[in-house]
Amino acid sequence: MNRLFWVLLVVPFLAGRGLADNQPDLDQRVAAIAAELRCLVCQNQSIAESNADLAVDLRRQIREQLKEGRSERDVLDFMVQRYGDFVLYRPPLKASTFLLWGGPFLLLVLGIFLLARKIRSVRRPAPQLSEAERARAAALLGTGKE
Amino acid sequence: MSARALWVLGIFIALVMLLAVGLTLNPREVPSPLVGKAAPPFELPLLRDPDKTFTTKERLGSVWLLNVWASWCVSCREEHPVLLELAKTGAVPVYGLNYKDRREDGLRWLAAYGDPYHLSVVDPQGRIGIDYGVYGVPETYVIDKRGVIRYKQIGPVTREVLAQKILPLVGQLSRE
Amino acid sequence: MIPELGQVALSLALAVALFLSATSLYGAQRSSASLMAFSRPAAQGLALLVAFAFGCLVRSFVANDFSVAYVAMNSNSALPLHYRVAGAWGGHEGSLLLWTLMLGVWMSAVSLFSRHLPEEMTARVLGVMGLISAGFLAFMLFTSNPFDRLLPAAADGRDLNPLLQDPGMVLHPPMLYMGYVGFSVAFSFAVAALLAGRLDATWARWSRPWTTVAWMFLTVGIALGSGWAYYELGWGGWWFWDPVENASFMPWLCGTALIHSLAVTEKRGAFRSWTVLLAIFAFALSLLGTFLVRSGVLTSVHAFAVDPKRGVFILGLFALFVGGALALYAWRTARIGLGGSFSAVSRESLLLSNNVLLAAAAGTVFLGTLYPLALDALGAGKISVGPPYFETVFAPLMAPALFLMGVGPLARWKHSGLPELAVLLRWALAVSFVLGMLLPLALGTWKPMVGFGLFLALWIVLSSLTTLRKSLRQTRAHYGMVVAHIGVAVFVVGVTVVKGYDAEKDAALRPGESLELGGYVFALEGIANANGPNYQAARATVSVTRDGKPITVLYPERRIYTVQQNPMTEAAIDTGLTRDLYVSLGDPLERGAWLVKAQVKPFIDWIWGGCLVMALGGLLAATDRRYRFNVKKETILAEARA
Repeated sequence: MNRLFWVLLVVPFLAGRGLADNQPDLDQRVAAIAAELRCLVCQNQSIAESNADLAVDLRRQIREQLKEGRSERDVLDFMVQRYGDFVLYRPPLKASTFLLWGGPFLLLVLGIFLLARKIRSVRRPAPQLSEAERARAAALLGTGKE
Repeated sequence: MSARALWVLGIFIALVMLLAVGLTLNPREVPSPLVGKAAPPFELPLLRDPDKTFTTKERLGSVWLLNVWASWCVSCREEHPVLLELAKTGAVPVYGLNYKDRREDGLRWLAAYGDPYHLSVVDPQGRIGIDYGVYGVPETYVIDKRGVIRYKQIGPVTREVLAQKILPLVGQLSRE
Repeated sequence: MIPELGQVALSLALAVALFLSATSLYGAQRSSASLMAFSRPAAQGLALLVAFAFGCLVRSFVANDFSVAYVAMNSNSALPLHYRVAGAWGGHEGSLLLWTLMLGVWMSAVSLFSRHLPEEMTARVLGVMGLISAGFLAFMLFTSNPFDRLLPAAADGRDLNPLLQDPGMVLHPPMLYMGYVGFSVAFSFAVAALLAGRLDATWARWSRPWTTVAWMFLTVGIALGSGWAYYELGWGGWWFWDPVENASFMPWLCGTALIHSLAVTEKRGAFRSWTVLLAIFAFALSLLGTFLVRSGVLTSVHAFAVDPKRGVFILGLFALFVGGALALYAWRTARIGLGGSFSAVSRESLLLSNNVLLAAAAGTVFLGTLYPLALDALGAGKISVGPPYFETVFAPLMAPALFLMGVGPLARWKHSGLPELAVLLRWALAVSFVLGMLLPLALGTWKPMVGFGLFLALWIVLSSLTTLRKSLRQTRAHYGMVVAHIGVAVFVVGVTVVKGYDAEKDAALRPGESLELGGYVFALEGIANANGPNYQAARATVSVTRDGKPITVLYPERRIYTVQQNPMTEAAIDTGLTRDLYVSLGDPLERGAWLVKAQVKPFIDWIWGGCLVMALGGLLAATDRRYRFNVKKETILAEARA
C-alpha cells in the first residue's frame, strides 16, 4: 500500500513533464514558448493569448529567434534579461522560490505526518482495569439500577 | 488553547498583515532588471533627419536621459511640460526614443506640444524598445558616463520624481 | 425616487441585521425565549428588505436611469433587456448587492427549514449570519453604494463590458455566489456550536445538507465560469489558474474536504474539531476571494475596478469574522473530547487521507496565488506564478486522492482489512488498468499520461459500482456519493483526453480557401456583415467536412462594440459528445484574407458534464430521507436498522 502510494505520487509528475511531441512545427514551438511568458500590458494573460501590440511584437521576436536556431532556453533568457523574472509564468528555481516549489511537497509531508500521528494516537489500546475496578464496573452496570 | 489553534491563529495574523501590506503595493509595476547594467547600444535614424543616425556611443562620458514617447500615448502629454521645463534649465540633456510611431505623427506631435529633446530617434517596430524592456510608454532612463542605466522611471515623469529622484541622481552621477 | 427607496431599504436592512444579531446571540446566551423569538422574523425581514433594494437596482437598469452612477457605468440604452438585468451584477457595487441578496436567501431558507433544531442553535446561526449581513451592508453603504447618483445624469451609459454580454453572465455569478455565501451557513453552524460549547455528531448532521447544497452551487458556478470563458474568450482555453479563478477553487477544495469530514463526524463523532476548522476555512476562503477580486492586490482579468479604501474595509471584515471565529475556536476546542478510535485502514483513515490531500491541494493553490505578493511585500523581487507552475504541482497531489476515492467507500468504519479490500477490488483494479492503458491507442498516439488518467477514471467508476455489489437498494445518500464520484471520473476523462489530444491550427484564408486539421477540413466560404443591436461585426461562414461528407457550418464573428470600441471574437463551436470543433475569426489581413484559427478538442464537454454530474450527486445526497424533516422519526430509524 505504501509503495503504491509513492508510485502514484511520482508517476504523474514524471509523465506530465517534458512530454513534448516529436518534431513540432515552428508555430507550435512559438505557441509553447509564448504560453510560458506573461503579457506585461495585460491583466494576467500570456503572450500566446493576448492581442496587445507588445504581445504581437514579442511573438514575432520569438519566431525570429527560433528561426535563427536559438533554443527555448535562449529565448526565455532573452526575455528575462529585458523584463525580469516577472515575465516568466513558470517561476525560476532560486533561493527565493524554494518555498514555492517545495511547498506543495512539504504540505503533503506535513499532512501525512499529522495523519499518521492521529491514527497512532487513536489506536492506543484501552487501559486495563484492575480487579477492584472491574467489580465496581460490573456492579454499576449490572444491578446498579436504583 | 491547543497548539493547533495557536498555529492557525498565527498563520492567519501573518496573512492579514501580508494582505494589508499588499494594499500599498502595485502588482502591475515591473521593475527593470537593466538597472545597473549597460544600456543596450543602438544606432537609429533621427526623427527629424532620416539620413543621419545617432549611436549611444556618442553619449559616453556624460550623463543623459532617454525618454521613450509616442504620439498615440496619452500619459506622455502629462509629462511633456515637465520635460520642457527640464530642457530649458539644461540640467541634463533629454534624448527621445519615438516608439512604434509614424514619423509624420511624431513630428506633428512635437510641433503641437513642443520639443524638449536634444534629438529624437525612431524605433517604428519597437525592437530597441524590447531591448530596453519597454512595456508601457512613457518610460525614462537615467544613463551615466559609462553608459550604465542607473534608474528607470515607469510612467510619466512628474515634478516630484524629477526633483526627488532624477535630478539628485544626475547631480551625483555628474560628479563621478 | 426608486434609487433612494433602494438606499433606504439597505439602511433599514443594516439596522435589522444589527438588531437580529444582538437579540439572537444575546438571547441564545441567556436562553431567553422571548429574545430568540425575534430571530426568524428578523431574518426574513432582512431578506425582504435586501430583495426590495435589489429590485430597485434592477428596475433602474431596465428603465435606463442614467442618473444612477452605477447604471451609467455598466449599461447602455442599446443594451438588450436581459443584459440590462444581468448588468445589475456586472460591476463591483451591484455584485455586492447580489452577494447580500444571496445571504438573505440562505438566511430565509435556514429560518424556514430549521423547525427540528433547538431554538438556541437556530438563533445563533441566524445571529451570526446577521452579523455577516451587517458587515456587507455597511461595506456597501459606506464605500460602495450602488445607488449613488450621478448629477447631471449621463446622456447614455458606458455600456456593459462586451465580454459580459453573454448568457453565461446571467447565470455564473448568481450560482457562484449561492455557493460562496452558502458556506456561510456551515460557518455559522460551526460558530454557533462553538458558542454553545457543544460540538457533537448532531451538529454535523444538521450542518451537512446545507454544506452539500452550497458545494453543489459552487460546483455549478465554477463549471459555468469555465464553460463561459471557453466559448467567450475565443481561443479555446477553459482554466487559466487566474487569481480570481483560484479564489473560487480554494473554497471548493475546502468544501469538498468539509463534506467528507462531516460524514465522519456525523457517523462516528470523530474529527470534530478538525471539521469545525474546515467549516471556518471554507467561508474564510470565500471571504478571501471577495477581498482578492476587489482590492487590487492581485492582477486579474476578473478584477473589478478597484479602490484601496474598499480593500481596507473588506480586509477588516475578513480579519473580524475569520479572526473572531478562529479565536473562538482556540478558546473552545480545549473542551472538545476525543472522538472514537479507528485503525490505520478504515473508512475514517481513508476519509482523513482525502482531507489531507485536498487540504494540501488547497494550500498549494493558496501558495501559488499569494506567493508573488509575499515576495513583493518582503522586497524580494517580483515574480509571476502561472499555469506552468500549477499544472506541474497540482496533478501529483490529485492522483493519490483519485485513487483513494476507489478504496474509501468500500472500507468499513473503524477497521477494515487490507486483504479484504484487495479481494473486493482486484477485478476493478485489473480491468481499469488494462483498459485505461489501452484506450489511448483508440484516440491517437499512445501517451502514458492519458493512459494513467483514464485508468484512474475507470478505477473510480468500477470501484464505485462495486459498492452496489450486495444490493441495489441503497440510500439516496449512497447513490449521491456514487453519482458524484462518477462525475469526478467523467471530469478526469475530459481533462486527460483534451490535454493529450487537443489540436489547433492558424491560417490566413481567403474566401474559397481551407485548412485541414485532425481529419476535418475547415473551408472559409465567405465573409459578410452581421451587425447587432450594439455592435458591428464581420461574420464568416466556415463549412466543415470530414472525408468529403459535410459535418456542420460554423459562423464565427469578429465584433466591434460601438461604445467601448474593443474588438472581440465570437467563436463558433460545434459541440459533440466526443469532440468540439472550434473556429474563431481573427484580424483581417491584407488582400482580403482573414486569420482563421481552427481547433479540434476531443472530449472537452466531459469536463463540464462531469461537474454537472458531480453537482447532481450532491443534490441526491442532500435530499436523502434522513434530512427530510417531515419524515417520521420511526421511518428513519427503521431504515437505519436495515
